[in-house]
Amino acid sequence: MTSLTSQKPVAGGEEAPRTRPSRRRRSPRRTAGRVVLYVVLALVTLLIVLPLVWIVLTSFKTDSDAIRNPFSAFPAPWSMDAYITLASGQQPIFRWFLNSLLAATLQTAIILVTASAAAYALARLEFWGKKIVFGAIIATLLVPPVIFLIPNYLIVQNLGWLDTIWAISIPGAASAFGVFFLRQFFIGLPVEIEEAARIDGAGDIRIFLQIVIPLARPALATLAVLSFLANWNDFLWPVYVLLSPENLTLQPGLAQLQGAYSTHFAIVMAGAVIASIPVLILFSIAQRHIVDSVASSGVKG
Amino acid sequence: MANELAVEAASRPRAGVPPRRARRSTLAAPRRTKTAYLFLAPFLVLFLVFVAGPAVFGLWISLTNWSPFRDTQQFIGLKNYIDLFTPDSATSGDFWQSMGATGIFTVASVPFLLVIPLLIAQLLNRKIRGGTVFRAVFFAPYVLGVAVIGVIWKYLLDTQSGIVNHVLGMLGLPSDIPWTVNVPWVWVSLVGVTVWWTLGFNTVIILAGLKGISADLYEAAALDGAGPFRTFFSVTLPGLRQVMTFVVTVTILASANMFGQSYILTKGGPGNQTRTAIMYISDQGLSQNNMAAASAMSYVLFVFLAIISVINFRLQRERTERAPR
Repeated sequence: MTSLTSQKPVAGGEEAPRTRPSRRRRSPRRTAGRVVLYVVLALVTLLIVLPLVWIVLTSFKTDSDAIRNPFSAFPAPWSMDAYITLASGQQPIFRWFLNSLLAATLQTAIILVTASAAAYALARLEFWGKKIVFGAIIATLLVPPVIFLIPNYLIVQNLGWLDTIWAISIPGAASAFGVFFLRQFFIGLPVEIEEAARIDGAGDIRIFLQIVIPLARPALATLAVLSFLANWNDFLWPVYVLLSPENLTLQPGLAQLQGAYSTHFAIVMAGAVIASIPVLILFSIAQRHIVDSVASSGVKG
Repeated sequence: MANELAVEAASRPRAGVPPRRARRSTLAAPRRTKTAYLFLAPFLVLFLVFVAGPAVFGLWISLTNWSPFRDTQQFIGLKNYIDLFTPDSATSGDFWQSMGATGIFTVASVPFLLVIPLLIAQLLNRKIRGGTVFRAVFFAPYVLGVAVIGVIWKYLLDTQSGIVNHVLGMLGLPSDIPWTVNVPWVWVSLVGVTVWWTLGFNTVIILAGLKGISADLYEAAALDGAGPFRTFFSVTLPGLRQVMTFVVTVTILASANMFGQSYILTKGGPGNQTRTAIMYISDQGLSQNNMAAASAMSYVLFVFLAIISVINFRLQRERTERAPR
């Protein structure tokens, strides 16, 4: 940082004095500006990171340490007690973890298969009713999810899916966003390769599976990560459709953990850490894809 | 390799078929309705059963006296809606209180969720080292679920054991603030936690918008002697118009759909002051078995949000039309 900032006044001072008198004065100010810039960014970073660090540290305290010394930063002694309590306690958090993992994986797989096929039809095929189908899918992107809450609850109940993994993975797999997202990507792919394959006698299914899907791998990966995150973090729906303690996912489970251990902060924080680790790992791997896809949503839309 | 083969095949003249016709038939894409619906079928089944169907089904429920304790439902027209607008009915008071809570939260949170990301995006748009790292760190809380956010801030904001009050005490400020217990602090907490959680989302979108503004415009502004404020209002904001319309719409909708923060941090309290519309609708519909009324409420909320979105788009368009250039 210092090397970056200290160069400018020198360079400006050498060539500028007569032609642009203002520049010499501006340079130190610019240096000060850069310092302020980095200080502000560092402060925001601390505001984001410190609470998370505090949570992790708390989760390694013993129960009595967390209760008696809530303001000491470091655990004394460092302890896995909270995690051990969770592993052996009445709150089956590892079962919740497994449920979350299964539901998110299942839903992501269904979204990838159904949305990519639908997006191919909408991006590449001409057919009767195309505008209506596409319009209907886009329209639902703007509808607040609460509209679907009660009717979907009744539908899931009639299917006998209440309190099962199907309730938390199948209804949400109807991803209008996924179709829209992949359609945009498919439209951007060069059409020449597909045309050549078609002349060569390849049918739509072969073109889709052997040409479009391999080319769309980055978009599919991004959609997979976004879908997984969305399902993993879903809260309202599982709170109401999952009933027995062993069938919960992590998000409603955490809320229940909070009720059961309201003053045992180390245990609740350990639960929060367990629920966060998979998504933070996923985010650190796919950070670029996730952030870029969010970034482009406003520019395109 | 498959591509090479395909390209080669494409350029190879074919016996009996004039090349022009072959080209036209692929470019003008003949209708393939049957194939298309084959591809669409798996998605459409899910879409019809769990999205389009429920939207209509929900509207139907709101026009009946639907109850899980009744075998048959009767069509009762707009009665559920009329009840909501009748001051002394069973649910209207609580419903409008929850709509009010949603309104307070939306009005209080949206300005912060726009201004803070706009400022941070401005900083990140300078030539800085580690720009993508900052961007990723600011975005990171957004990938955590609302339940995680809720339980960790419930602890951090705890009146006695929370580090927030402790830090305030060290700075010589009041250290006994009931962040999750009393008004107005509950609102400060709900807004603050939401900003902490989601500011990276808006920042990233606005930053992409800033990068799309041509450097020439800034240069022209600098040549005209425009200061930073003038440049911001004459170049940056107009250049961000499209992106900001999107961000404003998405942010208002997200705030108006707030549920988890209240559910975990304040449990809707004190009293029912922070019980949002979504909280009340889901409780009435799914816990109190008051499904018909709750469906009507969800459609009333929908209409409110639709009106706000339309107004927002109109305002943005008007501003665009009025703008010089």
